[in-house]
Amino acid sequence: MRHTLAVLVENSPGVLSHVAGLFARRGYNIESLVVGETEDRTISRITLVVEGDERVLEQVSKQLNKQVDVIKVNDITEDETVDRQLLLIRVSADQSNRQEILQIVEIFRCRIVDIGRRSLIVEATGDEAKIEAVIKSLRPFGIQELVCTGKVAMVRGSK
Amino acid sequence: MIKCLEKEKVRVVFCYPGGANLDILEALKNSSIRMVLVRNEQGAAHAASGYARVTGEAGVCLATSGPGATNLVTGIAAAYMDSIPIVAITGQVATAMVGTDAFQEVDITGITDPISKHNYLVSDVNQLARKVTEAFHIAASGRPGPVLVDIPKDVAMAEATVEYVPYDRVELRGYKPNLTGHAGQIKQVANLLEQARKPLICAGGGVLSAQAWDELRKLAEGQEIPVVHTLMGIGAFPMNHPLSFGMLGVYGAAPANLAVQNCDLLLALGMRFDDRVTGTVAHFARSAKIIHIDIDTAEIGKNVTPHIPLVGDLKIVLNQLLGRLQSRRHPEWLAQVQGFRRSPEPVINEKGLSPAHVLKALDDLMLDGLIVATDVGQHQMWAAKRLTYRKPRSFLTSGGLGVMGYGIPAAVGAQIACPGKTVLVITGDGSFQMNMQELGTAREQDLPVKVLLFNNSCLGMVKQLQDHFCRGSYAAVNFTGNPDFQLIGQAYGMETFRAVSREGLEETLAAFMRAPGMALLEAVVDWEENVYPMVLPGAGLETMTGLIDIDSI
Repeated sequence: MRHTLAVLVENSPGVLSHVAGLFARRGYNIESLVVGETEDRTISRITLVVEGDERVLEQVSKQLNKQVDVIKVNDITEDETVDRQLLLIRVSADQSNRQEILQIVEIFRCRIVDIGRRSLIVEATGDEAKIEAVIKSLRPFGIQELVCTGKVAMVRGSK
Repeated sequence: MIKCLEKEKVRVVFCYPGGANLDILEALKNSSIRMVLVRNEQGAAHAASGYARVTGEAGVCLATSGPGATNLVTGIAAAYMDSIPIVAITGQVATAMVGTDAFQEVDITGITDPISKHNYLVSDVNQLARKVTEAFHIAASGRPGPVLVDIPKDVAMAEATVEYVPYDRVELRGYKPNLTGHAGQIKQVANLLEQARKPLICAGGGVLSAQAWDELRKLAEGQEIPVVHTLMGIGAFPMNHPLSFGMLGVYGAAPANLAVQNCDLLLALGMRFDDRVTGTVAHFARSAKIIHIDIDTAEIGKNVTPHIPLVGDLKIVLNQLLGRLQSRRHPEWLAQVQGFRRSPEPVINEKGLSPAHVLKALDDLMLDGLIVATDVGQHQMWAAKRLTYRKPRSFLTSGGLGVMGYGIPAAVGAQIACPGKTVLVITGDGSFQMNMQELGTAREQDLPVKVLLFNNSCLGMVKQLQDHFCRGSYAAVNFTGNPDFQLIGQAYGMETFRAVSREGLEETLAAFMRAPGMALLEAVVDWEENVYPMVLPGAGLETMTGLIDIDSI
């Protein structure tokens, strides 16, 4: 099963490699990882998406918790969350299909952030399903370049 | 930094110099701390570990950057696997040079990441004192382990005025070991203990780390529960106690293994269900409910899923538990386990001189306060099983990593910590040659370390594995060019003895142990002898190979 872990860590050098190393040692592939500062500048939050066996994942979470520079590990897989990814995608575009692409962009509430003679860069934010749908819809026009962040997530409701 | 060490009551630092730790050494020289110059940095780490094991305090080692640091690695890994508190300090190239592949530069924090409890690269002198005290706090608290502090040369040279915070008052938001057991779970454990008809205690190294041996004894005696121990748990419970049934595991004693396989409740204290302990996990303690008490949450359910997990400091948890228990007796079960003592003896070499004969004679000397440090191999298992350890912290061995060459440097550390005690290294000709240079350290420090060397001109444990798994096809196990160990001993100023048969063995052994200074006893034994009983892969602990009469079990 796929898990989303929210890991609060000390904002200091080497911490990310500690965390990533724990997964690597167990033969785990990290699907996506986002790291950034939080409201407290001394604390960073790592949002990790990993897929794997429950037992092994529980073990990795415990090992993560044991790290001195890891402050808290939350498995938010089962929680109601707002989650977002950011996608940038360069699509082939010319006079003949530009209108069609613009319609798709509007439907998905994406944005055109750059226009070239033969291409457009589209920016999209959304959850995983939306990002996939945007990619799928733009694929027929020819994707020249695609870059996507991992997922950031926040549990819904008041704390 | 050195002031911090003094304040942490560090009495000795095992060190080796180099270009990147000159300033630290100079400061150390002008302090109250004893400097012990080793012969290889690996020896410094093992000596710190030996020191830590006998005192319960963190041992300290110091090396330079690059090769000095990498030589420490084996010792740090060994301490990590056995949860031994050591603080390893390394010099590093100057901050401006870090990352440039400078002379004698390695990324030692990166290298030790998976084998240390924590590590620091200190890049600001204002942080140095704090990081050092944190290192002591982390190494010695919770589940103990090694912590490395890497100090660039310019940081070591710089000056700063800082406030000192004692290590037991260090607050780290990401590190708060759970010490007290959960009251609900304690109650469940007490209930299970009351219901159990065939309870068994398994004592691991955690009993020693938590100094919970008195509580363990109260629990075992008050409830009349037989006790077995792991390799790391030797000394947690006196082996001459009527309730002690020896070491369990793949090379364990028959009564212990049979007790595990027949109990209905296993109380696992401060142990981690290592594969050498369980044999095939699916068969391990198959008729028992398992209660696992450990300070490390990550150990719960790692190898064996317990019926009741209980996280906390063993000394505190056992006291919590003892407060809930009425005294009980289990006469039938005890009679059954006592019956296991009559199980067949392991096969030994009866024709010539067997390590069993030597260790029996040694055990008969009943040396009180003896500390044994072993290396790794057949002799380690014999030393673990054939001597009657009565006191905590009297048996030092590399259990988890199984590092050959541990014994001599560990004995150096132990002898420095306990000058009044007899420290004996039990080793083989293979392990001896891995770190025999540390005899030079012992000589220089005037330490009366004794070395009992079983010489079979062979790497016996590997040979034994090849007997069983390679159909006796031996590869790379025979030493045909061994040195004359008598001359080696003499070169280090040792009084040397040699035993080749059982004749006069007791006298030789007594003279050897009585020697006032360093002494070596080389016992020449047959290379064919194996450690038995032994549990082969795929089998449960009750299926042991190498007992005299296998059918009678």
